[in-house]
Amino acid sequence: MKKVSIYLMAGPETPGLAEAAVEGGADLLEIGFPFSDPLADGPVIRLAGERALAQGMRTRACLECLAEVRARVEVPLIPMTYASILEAYGYERFQTDAEQAGATSLIVADLPLEAAPGIRRVQLVAPTTPPGRIRLAAERTDGWLYLVSLTGTTGARTEVSAQLAGLVERARAVTEVPLLAGFGIATPEHAADAAALADGIVVGSRAVEVAAAEGAGGLRDYVASLRRAVDAAQPAVA
Amino acid sequence: MAVELAKGFYGPYGGRYVPETLVPALDELERGWNEIKDDQGFQLELEQLQATYVGRPTPLYLAERIGDGKRIYLKREDLCHTGAHKINNALGQALVARRLGKQRIVAETGAGQHGVAAATVCARFGLECVVYMGSEDMERQKPNVERMHLLGAEVRPVEFGTKTLKEATSEAIRDWITNVETTHYMIGSCVGPHPYPELVRDLQAVIGSEAREQILAAEGRLPDAVVACVGGGSNAIGLFAGFLADEEVRLVGVEAAGAASLGSGRAGVLHGARSSLLADEDGQIADAHSISAGLDYPGVGPEHAFLRDTGRAEYLAATDEEALAAFHLLAEREGIIPALEPAHALARALELDAELVLVGLSGRGDKDLATVLGR
Repeated sequence: MKKVSIYLMAGPETPGLAEAAVEGGADLLEIGFPFSDPLADGPVIRLAGERALAQGMRTRACLECLAEVRARVEVPLIPMTYASILEAYGYERFQTDAEQAGATSLIVADLPLEAAPGIRRVQLVAPTTPPGRIRLAAERTDGWLYLVSLTGTTGARTEVSAQLAGLVERARAVTEVPLLAGFGIATPEHAADAAALADGIVVGSRAVEVAAAEGAGGLRDYVASLRRAVDAAQPAVA
Repeated sequence: MAVELAKGFYGPYGGRYVPETLVPALDELERGWNEIKDDQGFQLELEQLQATYVGRPTPLYLAERIGDGKRIYLKREDLCHTGAHKINNALGQALVARRLGKQRIVAETGAGQHGVAAATVCARFGLECVVYMGSEDMERQKPNVERMHLLGAEVRPVEFGTKTLKEATSEAIRDWITNVETTHYMIGSCVGPHPYPELVRDLQAVIGSEAREQILAAEGRLPDAVVACVGGGSNAIGLFAGFLADEEVRLVGVEAAGAASLGSGRAGVLHGARSSLLADEDGQIADAHSISAGLDYPGVGPEHAFLRDTGRAEYLAATDEEALAAFHLLAEREGIIPALEPAHALARALELDAELVLVGLSGRGDKDLATVLGR
């Protein structure tokens, strides 16, 4: 079964939203720990981060939020953040406390492969990543490989990046770990197109928008629509 | 310390903290720079353009009427084409971009000096130029926005966060992530991911090597102290580079009191590098505050953090008022209107316990007239 991963920014509403996303069919959840200067993020996540910080979602509050989410859902939970947060908190300490709060793994958007080798995390590869690095990332990654399906920041696009197919092909040639495609995937059509290539999809910006505009019920329906699209996806003809 | 990367590190500072998309581009840049920096053809072209286009070597001037018992020499980077040391770096990076086959340049700017330098060299080399600038800064530095337009650059306002240099830098990096295959990121200071701090230092080192020769010719000895202002720190690192091996020479960096990344910062990660930053205990980056837009940045080049820790350089601060007083003093006594940034360096240099002092006068003050006259 192909996976659906949903990103939610940490905040007071997040435990309820997480529950709704899982009811809608999310297989795993990424919980954003906001950072003031998120280089990999487009406007939606950036603004959500600003709002979360204004609500006091600092590292400790985010860990508490994570624990509350864990109390409500059983799917894998993955904090997604930036290196500055780990620098300040302590890398090992962050990993330990995140696990304690229920984290399954970790994504750090600005820690490339070579950095912080002691910190087990989901590695990201991009369309620019050469095959040798993809192989190394696959060896070091924690469970699955995050395919950044385009050269760019997070956020909706009109269609799934034409760069994704080549990236999947290069990754498949060097690894058997599951490949989840993210960045620029927003609609059920995108979800179907990306799931036809990869082993699953990651949706962030649009999920954050839907959660803000329509609340838990809206998010549940939206995730369910992605779920249906992914489950119906036919493998792309090579 | 969990992070272990020897390459591109200055002690525990520096490195590459960037989204994976950029790593191959940084590798490419590093390779390209290593290939051409010792290439004779490149060096000749750079030196020729430095002489005929930038106006190098810049003079070393003895400011006799402000010393009050000291001999204060000013390294006159304010006399460079475009009015500041920023052109040294922009020119070199344009040559690198051309070598890498990149036809499009993105840059960030705060006060507009680096943006103008980038727009200038892009005009000279026929490169497309996009400059990100905080909308607040665009308001404060209108003449520089108009200069960039005249030079054919597109200036894109950055409307979020602090609307200043920090956000403009983030947005330039996001553009680079998006257009990495066609675009060179022309960073303006010795900050950012490896190899930028090294690349910018190498391109600004001409300031220090000239100054060392000039002071030896003028005084027959090395200065007691070398003083430069530090925002990101590119003019300081370029000037210090000439004297690093001369252990008897004190190296003094001067930060804006409201943006003292080295004086009151903590280790953190911003814009691709680990350095000393204005950040809170959770690692969230704090706002900087300075009358001088060029120093109004919460980070600093990683090599400066290292020089601070090793004790080779010391870092002091000057307040807005102290910088303004030095600004007026230099204008009234020497007939030189400095930029507000080096006015910070001058303010501390005047008080140093040293007889022979060399100060980096990194830029001219035309851009600051409205700020100063508005006080």
